[in-house]
Amino acid sequence: MKGIAHKFKDNIDTDLIIPARYLNTSDPVELAKHCMEDADPDFVKKVSDGDFIVGGENFGCGSSREHAPIAIKAAGISAVIAKSFARIFYRNAINIGLPILESKEAADQIAEGDEIEVDLTTGKIKNLTKNQNHQAQSFPEFMQSLINAGGLIEYIKNLRSHGGGPK
Amino acid sequence: MTKTISEKILSNHSGTDAHAGDIVIANLDYMMGQDGTSGVAIDSFNKMGAKKVFDSSKISIVIDHSSPSPNIGVSTIHKKIREFAKQTGVNLYDIGCGVCHQLLPEQGHVVPGDLVIGADSHTCTYGAINVFSTGIGSTDLAAAWISGKLWFKVPETLKLIYTNKLPKGVFSKDLILYTIGKLGAGGATYLALEIEGEVINEMSIDARMTISNMAIECGAKAGLMRADQKTLDWVGKHSTRKPNPIEPDKDAVYKDVVEFDLKQIEPQVAKPHTVDNVSPISEVAGTPIQMGLIGTCTNGRLEDLRVAAQILKGKKVHKDCRLIVAPASKTIFLDAIKEGIIETFIDANVAVVTPGCGPCVGTHNGVPANGENVISTANRNFKGRMGNPEAFIYLGSPATVAASVLNGKITDPRKYL
Repeated sequence: MKGIAHKFKDNIDTDLIIPARYLNTSDPVELAKHCMEDADPDFVKKVSDGDFIVGGENFGCGSSREHAPIAIKAAGISAVIAKSFARIFYRNAINIGLPILESKEAADQIAEGDEIEVDLTTGKIKNLTKNQNHQAQSFPEFMQSLINAGGLIEYIKNLRSHGGGPK
Repeated sequence: MTKTISEKILSNHSGTDAHAGDIVIANLDYMMGQDGTSGVAIDSFNKMGAKKVFDSSKISIVIDHSSPSPNIGVSTIHKKIREFAKQTGVNLYDIGCGVCHQLLPEQGHVVPGDLVIGADSHTCTYGAINVFSTGIGSTDLAAAWISGKLWFKVPETLKLIYTNKLPKGVFSKDLILYTIGKLGAGGATYLALEIEGEVINEMSIDARMTISNMAIECGAKAGLMRADQKTLDWVGKHSTRKPNPIEPDKDAVYKDVVEFDLKQIEPQVAKPHTVDNVSPISEVAGTPIQMGLIGTCTNGRLEDLRVAAQILKGKKVHKDCRLIVAPASKTIFLDAIKEGIIETFIDANVAVVTPGCGPCVGTHNGVPANGENVISTANRNFKGRMGNPEAFIYLGSPATVAASVLNGKITDPRKYL
């Protein structure tokens, strides 16, 4: 996947990603219209399909609202790269199939507008503008199996169809 | 090997010898969703192809975030939740009952030693009564509704010890704001907290809940306290379930141990727009305030309302300022009526609203105007949190909020106590 980097500061909270005043729907298309609105009101206008969000430390801190990764995914963002993620956002992103990559080096060195290429199977992040390579942290095996399934819904559906999982 | 409280509770519930770093699949004692998150959870539940929940007696949904509904979109979500509750038999706390994190312990659903999840980040509140409780998202909740289980990474633990005593006029809210100021908003990400010491021993359960509630504000997964006699007495009054108090092993392994002696601290205030942007009150005293909020899962309990009423009794909220009070549950609301607290508020020109989260989360019931300063007893002051990104939110104790709205500016409450 290839796209442009949109950079954000440390501690981007879920109220900045999708304010509660827009949580009167769970429609991803509606949520996407207000994605990152309180952090950058023009964000939605600037984003093209396949672009990346590059955050700092503690990306996605705050509320447990799954609308946050849903809004980011529906806005056309292909993956979020950050120095670190808040715990609940991290789980939610994996569960709904929004790719996330943790790399301090990448998040430091990528600048606003840089063209980025990411290989999700290897975690390799390529900065095409600066001609730099970065490696994201790998996921524990169990989380990787959730990611491979495309998220928790698909994972549970697979388990159920094989007779193994919860009924 | 020795264990922390988290390692013990997650071992007990997964049938494994779990230690920090392990991933376990654990049985849950209780699970909660609220109206902001349950709509998406119901969608996920349906997409997973499920028709039934694993055990409806272990599930509550609480309509508290927009309660009563302020618009058609939210009403549609509420309707979906009510229909789901009817279809699956899960317990529903509808509008007016209160805030989820007050109701779960108050109504006796959770007891010491439990493993509990909630689709709300402040689910960590029940750590105050020795419950490993943590916030998760909607799809995790749906998976748990179906299976009664969830996967957890066993966290490392940061131990916080509070020695000595808090000075007069300094409350558990000030203690946790001070702590978050020191640790930072991400200072305990992926960690569990164990919180103990003389200061905690002296506190009521209400006050302890304020501390555990805000564990998430430094990134923590849980804010655990030990169950002492006070805890067991409190739980005995609220629940018929048998508690299973969990103590950490004496030589359990901690990521770090931090000791605080807060004998000398002032009341604390978090400034816009992050919870870790904390100052002693003397540095912000005099800042003009147009609106106050007392309530929420952090500080909407009876003793919070009591201290605010003590300060406001026989006085009026400043003419350039307004105060909204939302008791955290209908039980608290009724107790506050019986004690004359609500009358004191109404006499002081306070707007008392239905128990719920509304103003704190910015859905309704008091959205500030552009450029206004708000002082609130809530747990978050993020930009836009109260419904307007052009407003500025300060956080403090109920006493600090009450003293501040009396004067129309941030005011040290100690002269009133």
